[in-house]
Amino acid sequence: MSEKILLKGNEACAMGAILAGCRHYFGYPITPQTEIPEYFAKHMPEAGGVFLQAESEIAAISMVYGAAATGRRAMTSSSSPGISLKQETISTLSAGDLPCLIVNVARGGPGLGCIQGAQSDYFQSVKGGGHGDYRLLTLAPNSVQEMMDLTILGFELADKHRNPVLILSDGVVGQMMEPVSVPEPVTSFPEKPWAAVGAKGRPKNIINTLHLNAAVCEERNRELQAKYKRIADAELRYEEIDTQDADLVLVAYGISSRIALTVKNRARAEGLKVGVLRPITLWPFPTEALRRLAERVKGFLAIEQSAGQMVEDVRLAVEGRAPVAFHGRSGGVMIQLDDVEADVRKLLGR
Amino acid sequence: MEEKLVFSRPEALTDMPTHYCPGCHHGIIHRLVAEVIDELGVRENTVGVASVGCSILAYDYFNVDMVGALHGRAPAVATGVKRGRPDSVVFTYQGDGDLAAIGTAEIIHAAARGENFTVVFVNNAIYGMTGGQMAPTTLDGQRTQTSPAGRDPHLAGHPLRMSELIATLSGPSFVTRTAVNTPARINQTRKAIKKAFELQLAGRGLGFVEVLSTCPTNWGLGAVESGQWVDSHMIPYYPLGVFKED
Repeated sequence: MSEKILLKGNEACAMGAILAGCRHYFGYPITPQTEIPEYFAKHMPEAGGVFLQAESEIAAISMVYGAAATGRRAMTSSSSPGISLKQETISTLSAGDLPCLIVNVARGGPGLGCIQGAQSDYFQSVKGGGHGDYRLLTLAPNSVQEMMDLTILGFELADKHRNPVLILSDGVVGQMMEPVSVPEPVTSFPEKPWAAVGAKGRPKNIINTLHLNAAVCEERNRELQAKYKRIADAELRYEEIDTQDADLVLVAYGISSRIALTVKNRARAEGLKVGVLRPITLWPFPTEALRRLAERVKGFLAIEQSAGQMVEDVRLAVEGRAPVAFHGRSGGVMIQLDDVEADVRKLLGR
Repeated sequence: MEEKLVFSRPEALTDMPTHYCPGCHHGIIHRLVAEVIDELGVRENTVGVASVGCSILAYDYFNVDMVGALHGRAPAVATGVKRGRPDSVVFTYQGDGDLAAIGTAEIIHAAARGENFTVVFVNNAIYGMTGGQMAPTTLDGQRTQTSPAGRDPHLAGHPLRMSELIATLSGPSFVTRTAVNTPARINQTRKAIKKAFELQLAGRGLGFVEVLSTCPTNWGLGAVESGQWVDSHMIPYYPLGVFKED
């Protein structure tokens, strides 16, 4: 670890990608993620890599598909409307077992929405934004440090499982500046004998997602579901803070988890038994951890910069064992600490 | 008596029977691409990009590494493949619905960037795989399932001449339109495909070979009549020739 440097979240993401060995970035300008392509435009040439500004979001993710098919660590980034445009290819990358990284620095929606940070793309990220039965391993950074660390981890997990990985960030984490410890570059990469690089001395490789025979297509789906189970078993990540004796557990990811932590600290200073559960992977989701907590806490408060999306998964996990309240603002408006605190007091009868 | 081998399957083709209809020209064009790959000795270094349409199963027919692209996206996928492996030989094989409608942006911009791969564009003036709907290349007055009274230019505009359009860009090194409905034209098409691959090997940028083809099933014609229809209807609107050569 070197000394810390001050970076924007978006810059940390791009820097992390280069440290992870990504040398192929394809993207398109959209606020609030544009510092990512700008960073690559500046730094990919000196890293000996490819930065290409595509003609569209669809072309950008298609280029990622092509580069990933040749076994390269490839990525794209965008913000909410642009991520919507990429969904057909994201489904196809999943169906084709192609590892790659997709970064969504989310903004308020629906439609063109606004350019301020929001968390209203949770459903799209973890419930299948594109067509078919597929899952994206979804990582949710809540700091500039994690924008770098989870980007590096994302490439590792993508290659490990031959699956696309999504970083679901937001405009606040993408734009804010914090000190970052920069890790050493990744130097060890897995072999990819399946890649389409020319059939020298072996039978040809095919990257394909079409199966005209329904029985074959079903078998392919069984393989994918088995992979998703392996990922769910191996890659769940979350943190619990002060939940041991908690009466109320705040559930929040990304930028909302920073708000939840501050609210929790203020509540603890007043003697209120408040804890925080922060999902780091949104899929897989910490269902079991929530279920365990539901046996002994008085309730949960899900906090999101949305009209209420992740809260549905919290309720599914808790299955009525404890009350689940929700606090959110949508359309890119920031949640206010005082408002969350008022909810916490009300829920604890104070 | 000593046997002399005078004809065989190119190594760059598999022995899988194709699903193409009798009288369809895809089989001829596949063979020409495979012959060129063999002649240039690049089979083990080639990555083909298949598209969506009748030629979607090209990934099964070419005996090279293949990547199946989504509808229209082959030039963007090939961009990623070639940028990923600049030393490989890359081609896309696309039909007219794929390249000239849903994938117009991708081919225009790949050509504008002068991406260093080869495009084989098979134009049969109709959507074949989905059962004969109007394509951007369907001729004025041509009857299809979605232009049952014939293509009406007031409703649908006139068909796109993609070679002429691509030739206006500075990126491509070679743009040509050929046909395969006579033996002489088959030889010309082989030469054109070979030239496009050679230009790629020389790092000269995108080569675009449009090949006029048939669709007997959806045109409602026999195999022989389809070949004649290329002469009587397609070539007058889609003239053969070289449109750009650096």
